[in-house]
Amino acid sequence: MGANMIAAFADPFDVLFNLQRALDGRLMSDWLDDQTTGQGPFPPTNVFQQGDDILAIIELPGIEKNNLQIQAKENTIRIAGKKTITYPDGASVHRRERTFGEFNRTLSLPVQFDPDQIKAEYRDGILALHLPRAQQDKARTIKIS
Amino acid sequence: MASTQEMASTQELQVQKKREVESKEESTIPARVFVPATDIYETENDLTVILEMPGVEKNNVDIRVEDGVLSVAGQLDLTKYRGLHPLYTEYNIGHYARSFRLSSKIDQSKIAAEMKDGVLSLKLPKLEQAKPRTIKVQ
Repeated sequence: MGANMIAAFADPFDVLFNLQRALDGRLMSDWLDDQTTGQGPFPPTNVFQQGDDILAIIELPGIEKNNLQIQAKENTIRIAGKKTITYPDGASVHRRERTFGEFNRTLSLPVQFDPDQIKAEYRDGILALHLPRAQQDKARTIKIS
Repeated sequence: MASTQEMASTQELQVQKKREVESKEESTIPARVFVPATDIYETENDLTVILEMPGVEKNNVDIRVEDGVLSVAGQLDLTKYRGLHPLYTEYNIGHYARSFRLSSKIDQSKIAAEMKDGVLSLKLPKLEQAKPRTIKVQ
């Protein structure tokens, strides 16, 4: 798996530092190879390999689950939705940094996955998409006769 | 929370670049810490502070008010990344920290905090003496 594998270190500070370095090492890597289509780069997405399968971790704080749509087909996955922010009547706003609005993003991965086996989990403002690799896309061991 | 001024709109969402904490002192550990995107608004009775800290569980949030400074820290659970091999990344991760000097007097015993979907909402009630008063002209 190479030097990028995130290993378990005894020191939690080393864990984070090494994790940050590993993530930087793959920043905008050519793995997706310009296959990211759809409108806009929101939400920010990280893609990992977990054994045979793919795991996409997407930062989406403060979204209502029913404002989030996920669709999958062969090797593409579409994430669309709306983020709203409300302020009470008569509030005077001191600082406004959080973003809101609509998003629609399609990721095409260089991997075939099984659309029926995809699992989506939204917790603590993070959307995790488990994309199991399709049987026909898995590596096979070839016996030498 | 009353929701009259809804900020829905049809504008397209843009990615916000994560800002790193810049402190005067250098930290002894090399890992980066990020600044949560924050909204602050004031109503007659309270000051509300809303911070986005995706990936932080509610038990890993530390909130304190000392000498008129509100400090919030959120720790990320790194064990979730164990055994993952990054292929393509667009953002980095790390713990969160931010502090604010409070302009109004706050009743520290009545601060309420709620964490939902990676968003921390803090309601800081103003002290009686800090509330606006209507002055009648005689």
